[in-house]
Amino acid sequence: MASLRFEDPALLPIYEKVKGNQRLSGEDGLTLFQSKDLLGVGFLANIVRQRLHGRKAFYIYNQHLNYSNICVNGCKFCAFGRKAGENGAYEMTLEEIFARIEARLHEPITEIHIVGGCHPDLPFSFYLEMLEGIKKLRPDVHLQAFTAVEIAHLAELNRSSVGDTLKALRDAGLGSLPGGGAEVFSTRVRQDLCPQKLSPEGWLSVAQTAHRLGMNTNATMLYGHMESLEERVDHLLKLRAAQDETGGFLSFIPLAFHPQNTALDHLQGPSAFDDLKTLAISRLLLDNFPHIKAFWVMLGPKMAQLSLCFGVDDVDGTVMEERITHMAGAQTPQGLTRSQLQALIREAGCEPVERDTLYREVAAEAAA
Amino acid sequence: MGRAPSPVARHAAGARLSMAEALALWDLDLLTLGREADLVRRRLNPEDRVTYVVDRNINYTNICTSGCRFCAYYRELGSPEGFVLDEKALAQKLIELKDHGGSGVLLQGGLNPDLPFAYYEELVGQIKASGLGVHGFSPPEIAFMSQRFGMPIKEVIARLIAAGLSSIPGGGAEVLADRVRSQISPRKCDSAQWLEVMAAAHELGLKTSATMMFGHLETRSERLEHLFKIRDLQDRTGGFISFIPWTFQPGATALGGEPLGAVEYLRTLAVSRLVLDNVPHLQVSWVTQGPKIAQVALKFGADDFGSTMLEENVVAATGVGFRLSREEIETLVRQAGYKPRVRDHRYHLL
Repeated sequence: MASLRFEDPALLPIYEKVKGNQRLSGEDGLTLFQSKDLLGVGFLANIVRQRLHGRKAFYIYNQHLNYSNICVNGCKFCAFGRKAGENGAYEMTLEEIFARIEARLHEPITEIHIVGGCHPDLPFSFYLEMLEGIKKLRPDVHLQAFTAVEIAHLAELNRSSVGDTLKALRDAGLGSLPGGGAEVFSTRVRQDLCPQKLSPEGWLSVAQTAHRLGMNTNATMLYGHMESLEERVDHLLKLRAAQDETGGFLSFIPLAFHPQNTALDHLQGPSAFDDLKTLAISRLLLDNFPHIKAFWVMLGPKMAQLSLCFGVDDVDGTVMEERITHMAGAQTPQGLTRSQLQALIREAGCEPVERDTLYREVAAEAAA
Repeated sequence: MGRAPSPVARHAAGARLSMAEALALWDLDLLTLGREADLVRRRLNPEDRVTYVVDRNINYTNICTSGCRFCAYYRELGSPEGFVLDEKALAQKLIELKDHGGSGVLLQGGLNPDLPFAYYEELVGQIKASGLGVHGFSPPEIAFMSQRFGMPIKEVIARLIAAGLSSIPGGGAEVLADRVRSQISPRKCDSAQWLEVMAAAHELGLKTSATMMFGHLETRSERLEHLFKIRDLQDRTGGFISFIPWTFQPGATALGGEPLGAVEYLRTLAVSRLVLDNVPHLQVSWVTQGPKIAQVALKFGADDFGSTMLEENVVAATGVGFRLSREEIETLVRQAGYKPRVRDHRYHLL
């Protein structure tokens, strides 16, 4: 039966480990990435996904807020960031931000997802007032805000430690950190693509500091540009080791590189095989991460749906207004309705579960 | 849930799926179903190649009396937006196609009562004279000509062959279940006529494809009814060269609704591969699914990437705008681990 299942015999020893719930090695990870047996890799990931979540697939009713694209980093893979004063640069005032929140107060939003650039001179008080003001408008909402890169930048602006910065933001209403800015933890790649950005050690240290303060964070990997398969495996293993230490990562979100409008627009971006395998292998290697998320804004609703059969248990949420990926040429819609998300999940043979940021189920009547 | 049959084991033993067994395939998990379909694909098409054709869709008229509720392309007779392609415009399109290295034209149009039979003959003749193949006139168009000009179906096809027709596309089948057709396309030929046209074409030696447009009012059983009608006719004539299922695109149509997702598309594709054990090729629909799902479909039984469609108007009218160049198709195929090969509309490798 197993031999019928696998086109690639190299997957058979990994199948034995997965069945026995054993941790996979970096070598196993590489074997999986090198395999052309797309369905075989998906089948393995699905064993783990079923064990952890059964048929459940999560989504969230959320709102995205990209408050500014002004950024000191200038990463080559980014179509979003601008220098101050550059054509297309924008920053929302606090009033504009609050107006966007107020405009959707009638909707049952449980999370506001806030990400921006590393702005050179917005004062730290701006960020505190942003969080406090939103919390005043929507006291029950969870604020998932600022990637580790932004946190390190704010700590520098504020001339304080990461820990104290996080505490101050938490007092203002911050609930958890999104997983962005990790890119690929390879010095070789980063020297070329994002030399100014927070280092891998710095990124992991911010995440782990947050965990130690009792806050959850997510993690990402931007793949499909110039990184090697070994570098992807290494990235995943570094995250796994960090999670073994502090345990605060909730979900891992592989991010498919979108080349359009970036300095790397000569590249193709990852294939569908690559997308599905990367999601599936993430599920297999990150045995200590509760959730693997397919961000439908980047993958498209069709691929996000399909990924639920390849190890993924979360498709993110309603979103409604997203700038970062759309500025990189994403053809996906700006938002999906709750009923579209539920239908997409059901068609994949899963049971839709609306969650909050911390993966607590939102009561069924509230999600109807 | 009972234990589902293993179609692969049945294929190997020369047995065929029954309707009930085919329906039970939907109980398999998606990846198992895909694997089964892939194994059958490998048995029927063992080479590691994926074929495609360099062509363009030429629509000679958008005026159509059929008024199908799933269509965003047609215009009523007398509409200011109606058109009929003339010789000069056609000549230009043919030059462009030849410049792109095309081998043939997919020629289809509305059911336009203003056109004389000579128009169709000249259309085909002009394309043929340019050295391009003519993959033209879906069964509803041929049934319409038969009725309009009082000619038996076989005679219509024979005269079009004499004018240069080289194969017939499988369009207009929608779902070959008359409950569905009476609701979505009541004025179009019924399923028996559709099959009659194909049988006549096969008897005259033409190869044809067959399509299925699903994801609207039909049930899964009705999709299977469609597949079994194709399989039965194929047992008699052997003239179907490929099968192309694709999903209804609701944008700008009277029927409306939400489009079917990728998982149900892939399931239906795989079931098609397993049921149609006598049809050689199965084609992906990148124009409705997009390049990524089309690539994945190569692991769910498909062995053909369709065509470059230098020009496509009918799906585009629903607002679905996927475009692929020849290079992009080849890249998608290679990334999936296959060798791309160019073919013509009759599946001869070029």
